[in-house]
Amino acid sequence: MSYSLKENVMKEDRFAAGHRMCAGCGSPIAIRTVLRALEPEDKAVVCSATSCLEVSTFMYPYTAWKDSFIHNAFANAAATLSGVETAYRAMKKRGKLDDSYKFIAFGGDGGTYDIGFQSLSGAMERGHDMVYVCYDNEAYMNTGIQRSSSTPHFADTTTTPAGTVIPGKLQQKKNLTRIMVAHNVPYAAQTTFIGNFQDITEKAHKAIYTPGPAFLNVMAPCPRGWRYPSEKLMEITKAAVETCVWPLYEVIEGKYHLNYEPKKKLPVEEYLKMQGRFAHMFKPGNEWMIEQVQQEVDRNWEELLKLCSL
Amino acid sequence: MGIRERLSGNEAVAYAMKQINPDVMGAYPITPSTEIPQYFSAYVDNGEVDTEFIAVESEHSAMSTCIGAEAAGCRAISATSSCGLIYMAEMLYVAASDRLPITLAVSCRALSGPININNDHSDAMAVRDAGWIMLFAETNQEAYDNYLQAMRIGEAVGLPIMVCQDGFITSHAIENIELVETDKVKAFVGEYKPQHYLLDPSERIAVGAYATPVYYMESKRLQAQAMLDAKDVIRSVANEFAQMTGREYGLIEKYKMDDAELAILLMGSSAGTAKEAVDQLRGQGKKVGLVKIRSFRPFPTEDIAQALKGVKAFAAMDKDDSFNGHCGPIFAETAAALLAQGVSGPKAISYIYGLGGRDVRVESIQHVFADLEHIAATGDVGETYRYLDVRE
Repeated sequence: MSYSLKENVMKEDRFAAGHRMCAGCGSPIAIRTVLRALEPEDKAVVCSATSCLEVSTFMYPYTAWKDSFIHNAFANAAATLSGVETAYRAMKKRGKLDDSYKFIAFGGDGGTYDIGFQSLSGAMERGHDMVYVCYDNEAYMNTGIQRSSSTPHFADTTTTPAGTVIPGKLQQKKNLTRIMVAHNVPYAAQTTFIGNFQDITEKAHKAIYTPGPAFLNVMAPCPRGWRYPSEKLMEITKAAVETCVWPLYEVIEGKYHLNYEPKKKLPVEEYLKMQGRFAHMFKPGNEWMIEQVQQEVDRNWEELLKLCSL
Repeated sequence: MGIRERLSGNEAVAYAMKQINPDVMGAYPITPSTEIPQYFSAYVDNGEVDTEFIAVESEHSAMSTCIGAEAAGCRAISATSSCGLIYMAEMLYVAASDRLPITLAVSCRALSGPININNDHSDAMAVRDAGWIMLFAETNQEAYDNYLQAMRIGEAVGLPIMVCQDGFITSHAIENIELVETDKVKAFVGEYKPQHYLLDPSERIAVGAYATPVYYMESKRLQAQAMLDAKDVIRSVANEFAQMTGREYGLIEKYKMDDAELAILLMGSSAGTAKEAVDQLRGQGKKVGLVKIRSFRPFPTEDIAQALKGVKAFAAMDKDDSFNGHCGPIFAETAAALLAQGVSGPKAISYIYGLGGRDVRVESIQHVFADLEHIAATGDVGETYRYLDVRE
């Protein structure tokens, strides 16, 4: 399919302006872009886990959601939407509904990698015809920047402060996309905001229109938690991709496809140095942290290249 | 005329579900309610119902799928027990606050720890403030009858409803039962017609808002009103049910209470044992009676005050301890009800009994009546917080 950013942004937004999300936050950009991938004639039911997104977009009596929307709790966006999707099948079967609906769940990394992990795993395994979109900002931002299993190695958060004894988060980031691939879902992909948004738009369209369960992991930076100036958002996502910290790939029926290979893979410093959460790694004597992260990124990248060459 | 059968309480409830043929069931196995989704899955797989069954990965997800399905416009059901009920507790509150009339069958079982699979009411009592209507059954017949009435009640007031029975004691014991013909069940229960739902093509709605202090309390006040309204609905649905079956139900059942001077108040299967104890003591000329609670939520304040106002002494018996250092939940609610209704005559004690499946015998109940007789004769209440049939 031919892609035009101009045509894409001319489509009517299904996520209204005037919500309360921060300037420079990746989350509403991810949501608006994913919803734009819906064909205009299709109806949708959207679900959000409890999150910044939920409390900022659906504060009674206002809602930013133009499609039917349900928020239930923190841990269960996938289970909740699987109930809606099952109701859809039940109503179709009983002749109570003619219209065509799509089902999209959104959760932050806390609601997806951590507390909602079981619910997500269950829904993907059961094979509901739905898309789960994680907007991954790598910590519990809604409660004030606490570490999650998605928080990267050495990041400074309020529960892994870069202290005099312990230098930030001691563990590496969980590789959730590959765990989702292990559920044998027909479509899983990793994306973020790059250039003309073709990558995320096309992946969202595939995720929505592939029958069965699909998983989309969108790196969605948080200016408060990552500590960058709001206007630098797109530079950060670009650096994440160019350093291979956040590779763009998709897995279709178990087959890995690399969507972008940097012409010259940049060193991780280029990504880390833009963000206050990694500032302590640049202090004299802490060079080993950057070296270690570089090794981890290299190993993950090599593994991904191998998977994509199979 | 109904159909005579012999069924366990779990099978009776599963059979009621089959007759109703709801749209969606989300359930997870846990002893002793496991048989309900098991029987129901067989109905699904053999084409006896066309319900969509979701075999979820936890009770939290079971209730989450029910919330999603009911909000989408469907009749959604589940079944659980014990730790499973507690695991879905977070979602029970949301179901009530979203005003979704989900129906949940509970085969009541003790909570861990120590881990124990047998009956008491600590699971249901732990979620008594979640905003659900809660009916309790004495027998398999009552579990079945309550289930047939449940959706009418819940859907009329827009609240979810629990149909509780005693794990193993009625859930697994096989009793004679009279079933209602399926066509009559379908006509009685009727179709679910929600006012607003997610999959209504004519409108788009949003469910589960963030409510700031400006709105939160109004939403709770509306929930409270629905629970108040449920009292009359439970009575009117029971009247209609009695016309169909001849079996009568209220918020409470009074057994030989007309001239009773000593009374026991309890709920669930022990009512059968208590009735036998009452009969034996009545045979000895003692003026004893029983009040059985059918509806714990809404709590039948007026009915209980009316039933107990003339007694000299009563024992409120709880298959659960609140661990508040003075009484179980039925005692606490009854004492509050009497005070609110201006009834101050009766002496009263709280008895904790039957925890973790501790057998409740006719002699156990007679022991309680002997205590009450002593209290009535001497005017000395003594210790008001007592444990029955326990080694100390």
